[in-house]
Amino acid sequence: MSLTLSDIGRIANLARLELSGTQSERMLGQLNGFFDIVEQMNAVDTTGVEPLAHPTAVIDHVSLRLRPDVASEPNNREANQKSAPAVERGLFLVPKVIE
Amino acid sequence: MSDKKQASPLVQGYEVVIGFETHAQLATQSKIFSRAPTAFGAEPNTQACAVDLALPGTLPVMNRGAVEHAIRLGLALGSHIAEQSVFARKNYFYPDLPKGYQISQFEIPVVQGGEVSFFLGDEKKTVRLVRAHLEEDAGKSLHEEFHGMSGIDLNRAGTPLLEIVTEPDMRSSAEAVAYAKELHKTVTWIGICDGNMQEGSFRCDANVSVRKPGEPLGTRREIKNLNSFKFMQQAIDYEVRWQIEQIEDGHAIQQATVLFDPDTGETRAMRTKEDAADYRYFPDPDLPPLVIARDWVEQVKANMPELPRQMAARLVQTYGLPEYDATTLTQSPAMAAYFETAAKASGQAKMASNWIMGEVSRRLNNEEKDIAQVPVSADTLAALLKRIADGTVSNNAAKQVVDALWSGEGSDVDAVIEAKGLKQMNDSGALEKIIDEVMAANAPMVEQFRAGKDKAFNALVGLVMKASKGKANPQQANDLLKQKLQ
Amino acid sequence: MNELHHLGVAELAAAIADKKTSSVEAAQHLLARAKEHQNLGAYLAFNEDLTLAQAQAADARIAAGERGPLLGVPLAHKDIFVTQGFPTTAGSKMLAGYQSPFDATVVSQLAAAGAVTLGKLNCDEFAMGSGNDNSAYAPVHNPWDAARVPGGSSGGSAAAVAARLVPAATGTDTGGSIRQPASFTGITGIKPTYGRCSRYGMVAFASSLDQAGPMARSAADCATLLTAMAGPDIDRDSTSLDHPAEDYTRLLGLPREGATAAQPLKGLRIGLPKEFFGEGCAPDVLAAVRAALSEYEKLGATLVDISLPRTELSIPVYYIIAPAEASSNLSRFDGVKFGHRAAKFDDLADMYKKSRSEGFGPEVQRRIMIGTYVLSHGYYDAYYLKAQQIRRLIAQDFQQAFTQCDVIAGPVAPTVAWKIGEKSDDPVANYLADIYTLSTSLAGLPGMSVPAGFGAANMPVGLQLVGNYFKEGELLQTAHAFQQATDWHLKTPEGY
Repeated sequence: MSLTLSDIGRIANLARLELSGTQSERMLGQLNGFFDIVEQMNAVDTTGVEPLAHPTAVIDHVSLRLRPDVASEPNNREANQKSAPAVERGLFLVPKVIE
Repeated sequence: MSDKKQASPLVQGYEVVIGFETHAQLATQSKIFSRAPTAFGAEPNTQACAVDLALPGTLPVMNRGAVEHAIRLGLALGSHIAEQSVFARKNYFYPDLPKGYQISQFEIPVVQGGEVSFFLGDEKKTVRLVRAHLEEDAGKSLHEEFHGMSGIDLNRAGTPLLEIVTEPDMRSSAEAVAYAKELHKTVTWIGICDGNMQEGSFRCDANVSVRKPGEPLGTRREIKNLNSFKFMQQAIDYEVRWQIEQIEDGHAIQQATVLFDPDTGETRAMRTKEDAADYRYFPDPDLPPLVIARDWVEQVKANMPELPRQMAARLVQTYGLPEYDATTLTQSPAMAAYFETAAKASGQAKMASNWIMGEVSRRLNNEEKDIAQVPVSADTLAALLKRIADGTVSNNAAKQVVDALWSGEGSDVDAVIEAKGLKQMNDSGALEKIIDEVMAANAPMVEQFRAGKDKAFNALVGLVMKASKGKANPQQANDLLKQKLQ
Repeated sequence: MNELHHLGVAELAAAIADKKTSSVEAAQHLLARAKEHQNLGAYLAFNEDLTLAQAQAADARIAAGERGPLLGVPLAHKDIFVTQGFPTTAGSKMLAGYQSPFDATVVSQLAAAGAVTLGKLNCDEFAMGSGNDNSAYAPVHNPWDAARVPGGSSGGSAAAVAARLVPAATGTDTGGSIRQPASFTGITGIKPTYGRCSRYGMVAFASSLDQAGPMARSAADCATLLTAMAGPDIDRDSTSLDHPAEDYTRLLGLPREGATAAQPLKGLRIGLPKEFFGEGCAPDVLAAVRAALSEYEKLGATLVDISLPRTELSIPVYYIIAPAEASSNLSRFDGVKFGHRAAKFDDLADMYKKSRSEGFGPEVQRRIMIGTYVLSHGYYDAYYLKAQQIRRLIAQDFQQAFTQCDVIAGPVAPTVAWKIGEKSDDPVANYLADIYTLSTSLAGLPGMSVPAGFGAANMPVGLQLVGNYFKEGELLQTAHAFQQATDWHLKTPEGY
């Protein structure tokens, strides 16, 4: 399974990354090298094997804990926005969002 | 394919196929994955805690209330409630989506199947549900000018939603609106959603396509964010006409997401997001599977209010009402309670139904009021209904009584009848006298009737009613006049 | 006390409690020492006023009669843990100067026990790396040989402890990031069972693999720290296991059941996976490991040959799952609410791309690319799903192995620490070097690195011990018994 430069472009776009021409070439080589190793997985017979999403599920039932419906978080806007790049009147500012 | 009693109404020879996705905001105190409050209208970002803002290191913790609301919906719609369901990440970038992914459910939703039934005219329709799943709402973009920027308010981010998805079972815009109204009624009835469409509590996306009857499904376009029933119908109608026009002109329909512009009455495609389709769903590793034990479902079931469908069935059985009446009266718990009180107190169930669906509803709609604000109590209405039944007042006179009661001019039925002199004339002797006078004064009309002109009878009845100043009992006048004309 | 920095956690806590020194004095001493050794690159941030205030508060608690094994003890946190008052960068430009409004749960718990924060420690960017040469800030140097890496991603933590800048530090381990740097710097570190420590406040890398853990100069000190760090975080972390908190020091120094003081490990079966002892491992490392194992035998343990047949597969499996989860976890870094925003951009889409490309280093971008690809439409089944299925098989292999042994042992890494820059151009070579630690993480099992001797170029070699779920106490007991009988863990690099 070999990637192409156009794959690199598509993935970079999905990930909102910008790669220069040289960077894209390099990335392509590195990813293809990586996926060579990944080929090993194909040889493994995984028919009927449940994916393991939560590691300790191997020995125990892991299920979602539920908390009571209580609104206990106070307004902490100032502290939460301390590291915001652009804020005005409590709103995070971004370049115009066009629908 | 659903069982249709009648053929689908065609538009210019095309069959319309509609499916809905509705996002209902759940009326919980706190958000689905954080403990921030969900109240509407707060100052920007004062209800967006660290988890909602996706600050580094934050993690989701599930709100039991949101799950309970989902169970309630599943029970109300006859769905299967999954014993185990999984939360998945839907990955995409947008400023109102703080984590860069939405926690939703993909392969295994909490509610599966189910159906919504309602009347369209006097035909009963059933729309099947595919699923309903829990997910979190995004924040809001404010497009006012901030020196050319948009302002992002994340107060809404993390509000719990149930996304309710139907099969493409609907065949007209009217049916779609009726479905939406019935679903709206259901979610508000069972208390899981406040139904405030202006505040965005209940948002519908309509998937619309057209085809010639018998052909495979056409390509659909999705009309997003319909949050008024009025615009819903308009939007779908426009979209249908637009699609048909395109096809007739030889253009294929491209899948697209469209927005309805209420000012122009048109739908237009949104800017295409080329990679919008690749959400890279995978099970959220921060959230183990949601397990719902059978006895929790039983507990919720035991605490559910009587559902509209059940109540309607009960009204049919107990009061002998037609199904249509029962459905209309169960549009809200308050309306149904109003009916039952009036019916029981007056002993006149069908009459109560007619008056509530008719005069009462008409006035409420005109004044944009809810039954909760009705100025005439159910008991007062019942008193009036009794007076109609015992012949004290005619229907017409009763309307005048309602006017007086409604405006607050009077509060006691008998007092108003007395004050306005609306008592029906029940003295047949006096009535006979009036009839004789009218017949005498209108001899040519009497001759015409005897000669075979039936219309003349109605004219004579009218004259009798007028002569009695509306107080004659119309049925009595009718019968006596008939007798005398023989 | 000019040898204050040679005291481990237990000794320092005792010295402070006995008024031989104070928390303030200890903190000042270690802050001065940290400045003296800035060239190591271990620290990223200080807040002296805050440190001294914490130390004063600890001293006040002691004056009021309170006692505790961490009370007044200065330590430092890997810059993956968010902290109020100290910036958190996760080793990345993306979070330069970021001030968190809350503390990580692990940090709060240590603070509640009276620990004092000296500063934030350097790490590979977003915990991705094996040499701490992926930090956006300076690389970290190995105190044993400044030309070599300390290991990663908890390289700053390891270097600081090894150089006696701090008696203990917190680290995180996703695929070996506590164990490997511990091995490379001759210190002790443990990654507990997945879900044992709260992940709330840990900048997320791979959600189903990340775990916090202590790094110190002895198993005993690790046990003390782990006791404070571990425990269910029901309110904030849905993956935190509802398993009661434990005192991990309770078994230290006790012989195993049925064993004696002379042979405290009698009855302990140590499984040696043949896949860990093959050609892939450098002979000098194997020699040190085998020598250490014979010490364990002297202490009464039995060595058993076992097999973990899918060891090699753990590499592609891990390097699919971890980047996949990371690619999603890192999507929140978009320049909107916090973090780096590009100075110039044309529109929203451009702002995202420039901010992220400027803020993330090459290794992070590489892993985001891999992760995005394996989750993308058409590839999910072949890569992500397949990897999670093999992951279950790997976890089952361990369960099978644990029917034949109590603890699994082997090298932590195939070589000693390499020279800085040696592996920079070959990311895949870096990945391959994780072969002995990845499977433990995939299975969510607890794993330790215990100093075992020295290898090539006189660089430290660690012995890895892996236990079954929730067996941290047993692991620490085993390591402690070894450390009572040997002194590898007491060796100090020259000049420190």
